[in-house]
Amino acid sequence: MKEMTLGTLIAVFEEMFGRGLFWVLVALAVAITLGFAFMVLRERRLVAGRFLRAEIFAPIGAILAVAFVWWITSSGFGDIGGPIDLLAVLAIAAVGGVGFTILIYVLQGLAGVLRPRG
Amino acid sequence: MNLADLGPTSRRAFLGLAAGGIAALGAAAPARAARVRTSARIVILGAGAGGAAFANRLADRLEGAKITIIDGRAEHWYQPGFTLIAAGLKPAGYAVSRTTDWLPRAAEFIADYAAEIDPEAKTVTTRGGQRVDYDFLIVATGLSLDWAGIEGFSTEMIGKDGIGAHYHSPEAAAATFRALDAFTSKGGQALIGRPATEMKCAGAPLKLAFLTEDMATRKGTRGNVSITYAAQSKALFGVPIVAEKVRMLFAERGIGVAHEHVLKAIDPARKVATYATPEGDKELGYDFINVIPPMRAPEAVMNSPLPWADKWVGEGWIEVDQKTLRHARYPEVFGVGDIAGVPKGKTAASVKWHMPVVEDHLIAQIQGREGTETFNGYTSCPLITRVGRAMLIEFDYDNNLVPSFPGLIAPLEELWVSWLMKEVALKATYNAMLRGKA
Repeated sequence: MKEMTLGTLIAVFEEMFGRGLFWVLVALAVAITLGFAFMVLRERRLVAGRFLRAEIFAPIGAILAVAFVWWITSSGFGDIGGPIDLLAVLAIAAVGGVGFTILIYVLQGLAGVLRPRG
Repeated sequence: MNLADLGPTSRRAFLGLAAGGIAALGAAAPARAARVRTSARIVILGAGAGGAAFANRLADRLEGAKITIIDGRAEHWYQPGFTLIAAGLKPAGYAVSRTTDWLPRAAEFIADYAAEIDPEAKTVTTRGGQRVDYDFLIVATGLSLDWAGIEGFSTEMIGKDGIGAHYHSPEAAAATFRALDAFTSKGGQALIGRPATEMKCAGAPLKLAFLTEDMATRKGTRGNVSITYAAQSKALFGVPIVAEKVRMLFAERGIGVAHEHVLKAIDPARKVATYATPEGDKELGYDFINVIPPMRAPEAVMNSPLPWADKWVGEGWIEVDQKTLRHARYPEVFGVGDIAGVPKGKTAASVKWHMPVVEDHLIAQIQGREGTETFNGYTSCPLITRVGRAMLIEFDYDNNLVPSFPGLIAPLEELWVSWLMKEVALKATYNAMLRGKA
């Protein structure tokens, strides 16, 4: 491979998802990340209990991510053929796990913020 | 599950390995240099992968140029998808879009085929009689499938009585799947092979042999199915190290090989195929046969002064320098894609690597200087060995393997990630290439 630029990658992802959906997904990812950063900055710490509860959901996110990839492609567990395949599965699981943890953390935080104080 | 069942949105909704797709197509990053002012008249013959992508790149790079694209085909076909259609994993529509969807607004499109190319007078005349003058000509016509080269065969037979021909069209690839599906349910003898001419994607017939074996295995009918691969030479692939690997895999999967067998005729009534061999003609019986005919330059190119005179005689590939892709006798003519008379690279991945080279030399010529980019013969073939696994094979003119991810994705290993590249990332990368963005 000669060179891969960010522009090339973006062009490919736009084609893969469709331009609209790709940027909606990017915006969602950015919004959730910003929400997480905002919450941590606002509270000046990670709320341990909330984070722990969020972490419980990590394996679910990991399993969902891998299952999703196998569901939408004509492939499955039995097609893992080499170490790089296993690493790819672990990477997808890690992305799903971390993403889900952050999402649940943010949702819990939002629920706390939005809950009427009595 | 079958991806055909999914709507376009859910199909797209996948965080795939785009980087891998770029590798499979060969990631030559587009050089976004300053726009160049010129009044040059540039004619691009063909609006397929090479023609459309090059038109978009030129439209981005040049200001004031008159770019004309000539192609009579209304549909654009994503040909790397034909194998997936023939395997029943995608519908015929997966590979079909409109030619005009991909062309830059700044270019003029003539919806007709070229009938005559006169590189002395620097003109192209269409079948409809329109004469177009050029300062630079990009020949990106692709190639012609010479169906008449197989005696007894006609394209109406595709999909019937155990006859497949997945190179013909998306519809024919779908019909080939129907024939293959019926065959692998019932059992019998399959004959799969390749022509002796240069061909596009020399890996595709090998993939079909692997997929036939896989289909029968999954149905539990493998015991009733016999597969013979008719190779045109003593090797199974042009790159020796890959040929050896395929030989081993064929042996492991019980796929037989008939070397130096070139299909010349079929008799559908008797279900017999005739092959030219060094010992004379040989007949082999079949219950399923996939016909891939000889491949040649389109007639307008073949009848022009552009082809090699002493190489690939009768095939018509144009005489270009294998590093610059510039015509040896007409310096204002370049070849992009399958039509280029070079020893490797009739794949979409090669097209991607042709483009920065031709762009560099063309623009250098416009500016009165020498170009510097060179093409090394890069060809890529995600060689499917079963549904769910492939080998990401990339090589150059010298038969060296040139893996995009050395030490990470082994080229001669059957891998799931290589399959994902083929199934998920390749079409997106191809489309981005068509738009001149990858």
